Amino acid sequence: MHRRLALAAAAALCGTLVLSACSSDGGSGDAAKAASGPVKLTFWSWAPNMDKVAEVWNKAHPDVQVSVLKQAGGDDLVTKTITAAKAGNAPDLIQAEYQALPTLVSNDVLADIAKQAGDAKSQFADGVWKQVTLGSDAVYAIPEDTAPLAFYYRQDLFEQYGLKVPTTWDEFAATARALKQQAPDKSLTTFSANDPGLFAGLAQQAGAAWWTTSGESWKVAIDDPATKKVADFWSGLVKDGAVDNQPMYTPAWSKALNDGTQVGWVSAVWAPGVLTSSAPDTKGKWAMAPLPQWESGASVTGSWGGSATGVTTGAVKSGHAEAAAKFATWLNTDPEALAALVQQVNVYPAATSAQTGSLLSAAPEFFADQPDFYARAAEIAKGTAPAAWGPNVNVAYSAFKDAFGKAAQDKGDFGAALSAMQRSTVEDLKKNGFQVG
Amino acid sequence: MSTTTAPAPRRTAPALPRKGSAAAPRRTAWTPTLLLLLGAVYCLVPVVWVVTAATKSRQELFTTFTYAPGSGFWDNLAELSSYRGGVYWQWMANSALYAGAGALLSAAVSGVTGYALAKYRFRGRSTVFNVLLAGVLMPPITLAVPQYLLMSKAGLADSYWSVLLPSVLSPYGIYLSRIYAEAAIPDEVVEAARVDGAREWRLFRSVALPMMVPGLVTVFLFQFVAIWNNFLLPYIMLGDDHKFPVTVGLYSLLQQGANEPALYTLVITGALLSVLPLIALFLGMQRYWRVDLLSGAVKS
Repeated sequence: MHRRLALAAAAALCGTLVLSACSSDGGSGDAAKAASGPVKLTFWSWAPNMDKVAEVWNKAHPDVQVSVLKQAGGDDLVTKTITAAKAGNAPDLIQAEYQALPTLVSNDVLADIAKQAGDAKSQFADGVWKQVTLGSDAVYAIPEDTAPLAFYYRQDLFEQYGLKVPTTWDEFAATARALKQQAPDKSLTTFSANDPGLFAGLAQQAGAAWWTTSGESWKVAIDDPATKKVADFWSGLVKDGAVDNQPMYTPAWSKALNDGTQVGWVSAVWAPGVLTSSAPDTKGKWAMAPLPQWESGASVTGSWGGSATGVTTGAVKSGHAEAAAKFATWLNTDPEALAALVQQVNVYPAATSAQTGSLLSAAPEFFADQPDFYARAAEIAKGTAPAAWGPNVNVAYSAFKDAFGKAAQDKGDFGAALSAMQRSTVEDLKKNGFQVG
Repeated sequence: MSTTTAPAPRRTAPALPRKGSAAAPRRTAWTPTLLLLLGAVYCLVPVVWVVTAATKSRQELFTTFTYAPGSGFWDNLAELSSYRGGVYWQWMANSALYAGAGALLSAAVSGVTGYALAKYRFRGRSTVFNVLLAGVLMPPITLAVPQYLLMSKAGLADSYWSVLLPSVLSPYGIYLSRIYAEAAIPDEVVEAARVDGAREWRLFRSVALPMMVPGLVTVFLFQFVAIWNNFLLPYIMLGDDHKFPVTVGLYSLLQQGANEPALYTLVITGALLSVLPLIALFLGMQRYWRVDLLSGAVKS
């Protein structure tokens, strides 16, 4: 009898737990209740101060209130978003990197907002816009920031060693070798097998289109001649020891940048931010130049990063798609929003009007010696080659890290690593039920 | 975590070594000593790194000698405290809530369950225990996503409960409590209490529970550390950054896109501070372990 009593007590305890749990939950229930009040939107973003930009919107739009839930960015966030969407808990708006868009679309996370936001097209460069439409008539996100590649170098050390800023990749290789001869302990840059995004950008510059569709089937061309050219180029430099083969974003790499062991860096327009934290002693000593070209006289570049704002299918289900699409468009095209984005969030805006306007007239503090930094950046951005992403970029990227990591360490053959990357990407696509042509 | 073992009574060499006695002079066992020293270095070097790195300013972090202390600790601390309106301390408070309440509830549930499994004979007892044992073998990481899907079915995703509830039931804690109850509570004592007229609840409350305290303290500490350090479960469960525990919060400081300088110094300082409560907890609760060496109700 006592035992039965204890059981009843336990059941009652569990009951109260569940009850109080339910009453404390304010997330999902609110959406339905709030139909009469202002529409409440949630926005997952990793950018610091995005909440301050949303505040600008909230003040002007009392009927649509956006709250920013700051997330940790990176590939894990894509997985987290997909999981949340599967469980019906996705936020209304998400920030997503361009290469993640096909993955999100094929997992039915992102909604087509062509009806609400199709007019925004004219505000962006064609290559950028293509990344959010995935080459279709749909619009899956509004471009937020872009990251065209450029070549950063130490002005003072280039002068000291009598080096000329390379304009072609041939000159780049010659410069790397000339530096090694004069100062064997220094390197022009490093080939980092940890950063598939950079390699993808370099391949875009050479004309690669890794994922394309024809009808219902995907075509993967990671080992196409353009990418092979890029791989062989770096393979040669690494094999000869003309450039370093250590990964980026390690303490050792930061130290090498800071003490001038590495005198250059192929990076994107956001490089000043990284240099500020990784190489604080080199302030004012860097300059940006256009990315070296494969054909002399050309002005093509690739991208490393950049992100867009998308509306989720969850927002469509709860009837918030209209409001969410309006916010996404406002965030990335409205002059007031762009100003807040540039000043508060520190992004390099995707909207072309903001790239050349008064918003970015002053150079980043770290590049005080190059007052026309952003004018040059806008010039470079014009030549951004379109990127072609597929639904399993994450698989290709991890295959890159494995295969190229080993090849770079052993100073081995990058061509074989590229074939391995192609193989695992195709196999994964097939395994997941995609048609591969 | 090496502090989990209770300090063994120290055996010093005889105070007055007698010269020329029959006992052979104590030889230092070099191999074990060396191995242990290596182990200690292996465990302590990262700690030293975190401590010294937390004292370095952004300028010094990658430029000065790795283990040389820097001059920026107080600036780091102030910067961390003011970051986004002091959200770091919110994360710490969240961690304390998740770990404190979760471990307390977990110890209570484990204590009751372990006692019942150890001292009552009922049908299905061994089945229940075997299922729990299987649960011990299951790494909690594999359960995170299913738990998330369950929680969202219940409408609890992205709430404090979504992190608290999954940590309440700890198979390992129940297993430990059962073993402990079996060993520490003699059946004679239970019988004697029954003869004296104690009801079952009072028997548990006043007789069994005090005897199980050292075991429950262990369960509490294990769970506290496990929840405090847990990353994946809160990472999946929570979308609202004001509900993040400190592990997920610090991770979001590292991953905020390339446009911003990475906040290494803040993350390192935050990591150092987040370990301090654990150390304090261990030092504070160590004395409860010793109790069980002294207690004993039955002479055998």
